[in-house]
Amino acid sequence: MIIITAGLTLISLVLDPDKTVIGIKKGMMQFLKILPALLSVIIIISFVLHFVSNELIAEYLGGDAGWQAYLAAAILGSVSLIPGFIAYPLAGILLKTGVSYAVLAVFITTLMMVGILTIPIEAKYFGIKVTLIRNGLSFIGAIIVGAAMVFVYTLL
Amino acid sequence: MKDWFKKNKYDVPVIMAFAIFVAGSFYFHFNPGIEIFKDQFWMFFKEMIFLLPAMFILIGLFDVWIPRERVQKHIGESSGIKGILLVMLLAFIQVGPLYAAFPVAYLLWKKGCSATNVFIYLSAFTTAKIPMLTFEIGFLGLKFSLLRVLLTIPVFVLIGIIMGRYFNRNNCKIKKV
Repeated sequence: MIIITAGLTLISLVLDPDKTVIGIKKGMMQFLKILPALLSVIIIISFVLHFVSNELIAEYLGGDAGWQAYLAAAILGSVSLIPGFIAYPLAGILLKTGVSYAVLAVFITTLMMVGILTIPIEAKYFGIKVTLIRNGLSFIGAIIVGAAMVFVYTLL
Repeated sequence: MKDWFKKNKYDVPVIMAFAIFVAGSFYFHFNPGIEIFKDQFWMFFKEMIFLLPAMFILIGLFDVWIPRERVQKHIGESSGIKGILLVMLLAFIQVGPLYAAFPVAYLLWKKGCSATNVFIYLSAFTTAKIPMLTFEIGFLGLKFSLLRVLLTIPVFVLIGIIMGRYFNRNNCKIKKV
């Protein structure tokens, strides 16, 4: 990503230095404006993640739990903002401890599509109403995907 | 300066309190505080500080180089299925967390991308980035990933269409931050 950016910036500089400077300025201004909001969100996420340990997640999503496991997966997935490079190894561990594929599908899908902790940032761009509707629909969508996964896995 | 504080009236106190909390944790050897800083905060901070500036520079360059007519023609209101496929492709090849997609969404919209396609872009970005998929396949298997992506695509296209309708009907806007 950084290499691509550096390369494109260089090409852009050669083609039109003035335009490039304007572009970089525009981009950096946007970055600086959103920075305080981002910082406070990652501070809050840091605290939440500290208290929501892997063991806790495993306990709630575990083995013989029925629909409660799906609900727990959907809620945990919506609240957490775990980057993929942590979420997938975690999902791999959960799978080994006996969490079903369908529960994992709900967890992964809500994790990706619903971001309760990033609502303040999303609302800055889209407004609070649109943000809440999008997250609500994504939550329902994630549950539908999970249910479809259960269905497919019982067929296969 | 005054404006800046006013605009960030919730964020500045949080950041200051956290800075004091971390400094205090290190001073008094308060382990949970040090862990929160080292294991959690630092990881997110690194991702943010390395990845996001690069992304915002790309956004800025895209803004000055790509004319509105071009974007509008390919992913605007009347772009249909082709437009949907194009925004999905754009989303799939990106990296980064969800919050990195919002500024891109703003830019696309400003350049004439239809609201429906903006929301499809957001969902596609979150569900099936190719760099992340390789990771997912490694830990959960090809079958799981393939099924999840195939089942999710129709769901998020539908969400995109619903959101697009709502967005247009209520004359919503994506604001510049």
